[in-house]
Amino acid sequence: MTVIEARGLRKAFGATIALDSINLRVDEGRILGLIGPNGAGKTTALNAILGLTPYQGELNVLGRDPWAERDQLMRDVCFIADVAVLPRWMRVWQTLDYLAGVHPRFDRAKAEGFLAKTTINRASKVRELSKGMVAQLHLALVMAIDARLLVLDEPTLGLDILFRKQFYDSLLNDYFDGRRTIVVTTHQVEEVEHVLTDLMFIDRGRIVFNCSMEELESRYVELTVHPEQVAAARALKPMHERQMIGRSVMLFDRVDRQQLAGFGEVRTTSIADLFVAVIDNQVGQAQGVAR
Amino acid sequence: MNTESNAVPESPRDPQATESQVSLSAVIPESRRLCWSVRRELWENRSIYIAPLAVAGVTLFGFVIATFGRALAVSDLAQRRAVLEEPYTFAALLIMATTLVVAVIYCLDALHGERRDRSILFWKSLPVSDLTTVLSKASIPLVVLPLLTFGIIVAMQVIMVLLSSVVMLASGLSPAELWAQLSLFQMSMLLYHLVVVHGLYYAPIYAWLLLVSGWARRAPFLWAGLPLLAIGLVEKIAFNTSHFAAMLESRIAGGGEAVPFPMAGNAAMHHELTLLTLGRFLISPGMWIGLAVAAAFLTGSVRLRRYQGPI
Repeated sequence: MTVIEARGLRKAFGATIALDSINLRVDEGRILGLIGPNGAGKTTALNAILGLTPYQGELNVLGRDPWAERDQLMRDVCFIADVAVLPRWMRVWQTLDYLAGVHPRFDRAKAEGFLAKTTINRASKVRELSKGMVAQLHLALVMAIDARLLVLDEPTLGLDILFRKQFYDSLLNDYFDGRRTIVVTTHQVEEVEHVLTDLMFIDRGRIVFNCSMEELESRYVELTVHPEQVAAARALKPMHERQMIGRSVMLFDRVDRQQLAGFGEVRTTSIADLFVAVIDNQVGQAQGVAR
Repeated sequence: MNTESNAVPESPRDPQATESQVSLSAVIPESRRLCWSVRRELWENRSIYIAPLAVAGVTLFGFVIATFGRALAVSDLAQRRAVLEEPYTFAALLIMATTLVVAVIYCLDALHGERRDRSILFWKSLPVSDLTTVLSKASIPLVVLPLLTFGIIVAMQVIMVLLSSVVMLASGLSPAELWAQLSLFQMSMLLYHLVVVHGLYYAPIYAWLLLVSGWARRAPFLWAGLPLLAIGLVEKIAFNTSHFAAMLESRIAGGGEAVPFPMAGNAAMHHELTLLTLGRFLISPGMWIGLAVAAAFLTGSVRLRRYQGPI
């Protein structure tokens, strides 16, 4: 089942085009990572999906038009937009009471269960909690909602490495069950690398790369080339080449691993390296067009 | 441990259970969301009830001193009675003034604060519509504060009457007239004044403040006042008239004589005449134009809430 479907989704702020007619489709049960440089349009895309901003083009989330029906949509969609948006004046028990009061799919007992595993005091105000605890609280609230789509926009920004690790661990172990769908944006690519099922790069308002993680592993190969084999390796048309400690590192798309192994050390590319390659190529293309 | 705790909520999730959950979900009526949202406002803005309660407390403290100190120091019984009867209206006015100030401050912050501290992103992640949110915020000055003011004034005056009755009885004076302060007529006049003037007649003022607080990126206080001042000035310079200022003034004055303030001495007011005047005020064009303007401003606020994000 399709959870998110966008066709020609476009959004401009004055002369700045934040989303340039993107097409997007996310199926149920996927964990999609939306990766892009600052100002690439990630947050704008998420805001459109969550009904926080008007847009042009077609957008359908769980069968609804997000801008027209935000409140109904939020019965099935949850989001953590940035860390620290929980109201600082609120007490922990008040967040539980309020959610239980307004959210039909909020399971209070479940939230209490998650909180019991933390050191968060129910009488504390949010402002008295550490940044990591606020993130834990928000995650506990969100995981207690039986939602079909969860959207996370930089959910771990500014947290220390232990909390970040724990955050994604709980998400996978206690929340994700294959019927839910998660869309996450982050700059800390390494941390979500093993969490994702799908990957999408977005740059200057366009989707420049889109593939599943299985495909990524089978298609892309990184080769650290022996110096004497550089010319031969280049003949196989790497999509990107960079220098590292005096050696060439090339990235190949759909080239036989066995064949490459003869030119140097072969390994599966990391998301970060792939991202740099794709974005560099984009810049190269843009400059080529400009010339 | 984790996998186990994961499995427990999973297993009873047979299709029937999911269905009953789904049907439950449709059951939360919008009115219940509204109630919770109003409660939320009271959690956030505790000054709504703390400020008038504090003023009532201070007033009572002063009244105790006046009753047992000043009144008893006056040996002339008629004067003693005067001292005891004097502070009722003043005390009520003090509470009303407090809640008016609270209402203005509340409105100016209501739709601005949530954008300033980015918590609007959390509120918008919940299935509560912008309309419900704005209505819950508007209901604080329009409904909650007038009723709260009434409750606090009545409670305060009951305590005051009890205290002065003690002194009066001890002085051999009859407290009967004092109890007239608490007559049904007096109380209903007070309630009427609060609900009709503070709630309905002031509605466009509060709605305007809410609109500004939803629109302004900063300094909503200035934005609330400056345009009104500008309109008044332009009118004065261009036409040398001051209709706009006069209109604002009469609005703030609460419709002038149309609604007599429930004064201590006004108990003798003719019921019929008063009811007639009150009724006329309720159907006056000023009242209904005001309500229409308030509705327009609130509609604007709902729209702004939909478009605005954090600032």
